[in-house]
Amino acid sequence: MAARRLLPRWAGSLRPVSSGAAASGAYPKRVKVVEVGPRDGLQNEKNLVPTPVKINLINMLSETGLQVIEATSFVSPKWVPQMADHTEVLQGIKKSPGISYPVLTPNLRGFQAAVAAGAKEVSIFGAASELFTQKNINCSIEESLERFEEVMRAAKEASIPVRGYVSCVLGCPYEGKISAAKVAEVSKKMYSMGCYEISLGDTIGVGTPGSMREMLAVVMKEVPVGALAVHCHDTYGQALANILVALQMGVSVVDASVAGLGGCPYAQGASGNVATEDLVYMLNGLGIHTGVDLQKLMDTGTFICNALNRKTNSKVSQACCRL
Amino acid sequence: EYSFTGQVRFQGEPQASGLPEYIKIVEVGPRDGLQNEKVIVPTDIKIELINQLSKTGLPAIEVTSFVSSKWVPQMADHKEVMRGIERHPGVQYPVLTPNLQGFHSAIAAGATEVSVFGAASESFSKMNINCSIEESIERFEEVTKSARNMNIPVRGYVSCALGCPYEGNIVPDKVAEVSKRLYSMGCYEISLGDTIGVGTPGSMKKMLEAVMKEIPLSALAVHCHDTYGQALANILTAVQMGVAVVDSSVAGLGGCPYAKGATGNVATEDVIYMLNGLGINTGVNLCAVMEAGNFICTALNKKTNSKVAQASFSTATIN
Repeated sequence: MAARRLLPRWAGSLRPVSSGAAASGAYPKRVKVVEVGPRDGLQNEKNLVPTPVKINLINMLSETGLQVIEATSFVSPKWVPQMADHTEVLQGIKKSPGISYPVLTPNLRGFQAAVAAGAKEVSIFGAASELFTQKNINCSIEESLERFEEVMRAAKEASIPVRGYVSCVLGCPYEGKISAAKVAEVSKKMYSMGCYEISLGDTIGVGTPGSMREMLAVVMKEVPVGALAVHCHDTYGQALANILVALQMGVSVVDASVAGLGGCPYAQGASGNVATEDLVYMLNGLGIHTGVDLQKLMDTGTFICNALNRKTNSKVSQACCRL
Repeated sequence: EYSFTGQVRFQGEPQASGLPEYIKIVEVGPRDGLQNEKVIVPTDIKIELINQLSKTGLPAIEVTSFVSSKWVPQMADHKEVMRGIERHPGVQYPVLTPNLQGFHSAIAAGATEVSVFGAASESFSKMNINCSIEESIERFEEVTKSARNMNIPVRGYVSCALGCPYEGNIVPDKVAEVSKRLYSMGCYEISLGDTIGVGTPGSMKKMLEAVMKEIPLSALAVHCHDTYGQALANILTAVQMGVAVVDSSVAGLGGCPYAKGATGNVATEDVIYMLNGLGINTGVNLCAVMEAGNFICTALNKKTNSKVAQASFSTATIN
């Protein structure tokens, strides 16, 4: 399909430049990028991807310098057919030392299957909206937290770190506006039960720098900023601006998806995840260290887009394309 | 289901957060946008687009360019467009005038505001308008002199403010120097353009700090391209530094001539969505802009580049 995308000459200064902003303490010096393409991305793509392609994608991502790559989801294939090959994927990937490969585990059964398949880190998904929780996992927020308690107990016994996600932090497709206090309440509960990190998700991408700032100010009263991450969707084009504000407030963990894989299931045809390439480009320009090789990341994006027979959602990748 | 356009509003006070209370949006779709579209748009469509934009609350709409049709065929109908549009009170309709000849032609056609385009890069200036920066400044001085005599305001653009397709990195002091020349000769506003969209919040901040030493903040505007997806983050950075004028293009019209297939202008809809969320007043009706965007995309037979429009016009399928 497309020729290899190369960074143009003028983009050569994409190595972290010593920037006044980072030096003056306005931004974190380092940001951990959590790559969610193989799970969140592929799960929300129309085309199903064969197991070897998933494995190759993760292996290529492991060569880019990314430290965390969300590999798959141990959820029933009845609900999420795209992740039916979770065991094969987790067992098939080349696990590089120093890289974490978290997997989703919605309940104790999923957790046990994940650990049996070799998982060393898991994630659980809560939400700041009752209606979203009902529609998504068929129970209330309180009931979902009870399920998670079971996972937390088992994880603690097995010394497995757990990452907590909170969905709908800046808006819900069913409830509309979500109160920052509710986000803080759910985040605090998940943090208190033992999650080492809470990833705050703007699930439908409606947030803006204004609502991001307001929400974070409230959440940071309950959860230390060092344990917070942001998971911004680019459905309304606001992701990088929202991430910028989060960084200004001290957040130093950002989720993203290679090539911007994963549309929005709530707005047909609209985009979803923010592209890892575009995020890394911005962080490089701010002089913030990520350890990620942008060219290798773009090559990985090209690979998976060819395999999915789709165009990339990454603007950096589009700009660098030599057709 | 919920429609979020314009409804999710930041409840805080923008001035408490150090942001401007009001931002002037300069709509460049009909000129910068259409000029960089592959398809040539008929005159009546251009006029209809501008008329629709005039009803959205936008305070300034760049209408056309009085440049030789040999160089820019898409703008060959500049006189007809200028004469054909409805002029709404309170809305400015600037036009590009590269030299004195273009200026006279614009005035004869009824223009009441003009723009001149400089660059912070010698190579870009030579490749784009076939002369050095110094020579281009001399040409613009002729325009501003005539404009002053006729009480016509002149807006100055500085291209390649954050990078050049030929020279690569551009030194912030050079941007400040060219901006100062344009401002001193009488331009009331200087629009700093990230022509190839390579800028990031890091380089935007450095460049603005240098320019702000020479030009008052109130006379500055940013013209960000979204070629690398950085436009809104760059605009946010500028706004946080006090810049209160932002250029954008309805539906994100206008690709990048230096990166085939890549996007160019930032979409007005996406900018307004962000500013609304920050509690900043623009006076612009987002839905009306989306309708104008829908109109021109249909006429151009292309998909919108605005993510807000994409998300809003899609049929929401919530199971």
